[in-house]
Amino acid sequence: MTVTMKTLIRLARVAALCVGGALIAALTGAAPAPSNDAKFDATQAAKGAELAAIGNCGSCHTAEDSKPYAGGRPLSAPFGTIYSTNITPDPDAGIGKWSEAEFVRAMHDGVDREGHDLYPAFPYDHFTKVTDDDVKAIYAFVMTRDPARAQRPRNDLTFPANFRASLRAWKTLYFRAGRFEPDPTKSTQWNRGAYLAEGLGHCGACHTPRNVLGAEKLSDAYGGGDAERWLAPAMNEDSPAPLPWTADEIFNYLRYGFDARHGIAAGPMVDVVQNLAKAREEDVRAIAVYIADRMRRPVRQAKSNDEANAFAQLQESAAVPGMGRDAIPARSGGVASDSGAAVFEGACATCHYSGSGLQSTKPVPLALTTSVNAPDPRNLIHVVQSGLWPASGEKGAMMPGFAAELTDDQLVAVVSYVRERFSRQPPWHDVSQNVRAIRGTERR
Amino acid sequence: MIELNVNGRPQAVDADPATPLLYVLRDHLALNGAKFGCGLGQCGACTVMIDGKAAFSCVTPISALPGRKITTVEGLGTADNPGPLQQAFIDEQAAQCGYCIAGMIMRAQALLEANPSPTDDDIRRHMMPNLCRCGTHMRIVRAVQRAARTMKNVKNGAGVNVTTK
Repeated sequence: MTVTMKTLIRLARVAALCVGGALIAALTGAAPAPSNDAKFDATQAAKGAELAAIGNCGSCHTAEDSKPYAGGRPLSAPFGTIYSTNITPDPDAGIGKWSEAEFVRAMHDGVDREGHDLYPAFPYDHFTKVTDDDVKAIYAFVMTRDPARAQRPRNDLTFPANFRASLRAWKTLYFRAGRFEPDPTKSTQWNRGAYLAEGLGHCGACHTPRNVLGAEKLSDAYGGGDAERWLAPAMNEDSPAPLPWTADEIFNYLRYGFDARHGIAAGPMVDVVQNLAKAREEDVRAIAVYIADRMRRPVRQAKSNDEANAFAQLQESAAVPGMGRDAIPARSGGVASDSGAAVFEGACATCHYSGSGLQSTKPVPLALTTSVNAPDPRNLIHVVQSGLWPASGEKGAMMPGFAAELTDDQLVAVVSYVRERFSRQPPWHDVSQNVRAIRGTERR
Repeated sequence: MIELNVNGRPQAVDADPATPLLYVLRDHLALNGAKFGCGLGQCGACTVMIDGKAAFSCVTPISALPGRKITTVEGLGTADNPGPLQQAFIDEQAAQCGYCIAGMIMRAQALLEANPSPTDDDIRRHMMPNLCRCGTHMRIVRAVQRAARTMKNVKNGAGVNVTTK
């Protein structure tokens, strides 16, 4: 009986809403905005979702605590801060009024609906390579998101970038519109990977160094760049990884955020991995095949895998001075108390020391990680300071950060010690400047 | 000898500089509030405050600590005269087995010192590194909220410990 009553009440409410809606429509003379879902083919939108995941669209176009794709995320650019736009179908705050053709034009030519040039923080230098069909699928996807009214903050740019006219000059210098051209000498899979990595994936936006005007130095493609105060490591012959990446290993890293012989995705790469988990597996494999080919084995570091592995094993298992609690009384005062070795023993060795017989953790051997072997210490400092945390609700590797535990000097000491002990690369000279610059940016 | 400042008192400790603070607290200074859970900085049972910030004492070598202020749960009050957070955890009955609670209280203390009016969301986010296997999380969030109110009342001169059941 009560159930029936409840159902009736619910029906009455729905009816009231419908009447109310019709009344408002009649009074304002406007039909209530019909849901976009009916206007788009569901398969097309689903395809767009997978492509948008590869494009990592949501990472820039979603601010912390904002609705998905509602924009407003600050992006640091060479000449100030740009806020990402709302790309939900809200007609005023978002792109609800944009036609498909206008959306395609924005992706291919870097202009907004009115034809104004867009800032290249929106990587249209990559998106111009994407096929019409794929862009249209992404259009179907974004136009079927929940509309959000959020207005983004104003861009905070200095001269000359605060004049949109300067964009015209920039584009003349650096932007070449045009779709991806497959390489007929390569496999279909390689070409699929190249298409995705060079186009939607816009890997080079972070992994290729930029010139003073913020354009990618195409002569040094994948030579290593910057991403939000992190180093985006080189993905060409200069890759700092001691063991060359295979396509399978790159796939593991991209798909699961982890490869046992290379390391764990951290920093801005966490978003990329989260998104690639939603893409098609064969597409992620194709990207891995393409990138592995770009990273061809460095000739000048012609050491064998066995040698690198042996070095890693030796460094891991070599007795850490003072390791083993029973050794403590005898060694009292044996290690300078401010040394990186002492910090390493007390803070790191419990996990990062395979000789301890502790099986509850199995970190990647430090000697094999890219961050320890990288040309600058930024990524290692970030990880020691902030730790590694799986995304909320996700499983994954977890390492505590040491921001509260260690002072700046101790961070410098332990980072330098780890570099010296676990890498055969030369010491870093700018550890303390980088610790100061990164301090305070930790996330929990 | 390494000089430590624990709960406002200077302490000279004779231990290897790489010894984790947790061992020194429990074995040398008989401060057994902080617990050994995992020993890997993964569970939070060992949480104390260092210079006002929550820190895992099991992975903090004492070499890192001269000149810094260490606060343990014993520094917040006594059984007879509990501090606001301790009282709030009692009032909300926010413990089941209690093993994680000293760490929970210390992480919450660090939050309330930095942010006297946290939202539930702030609390959840801040407390994320500390685990409770009994599942008293909802009560813990309530206890932190209760302590925040108490601390504000005390600060505003109300001077009353709102320890209603």
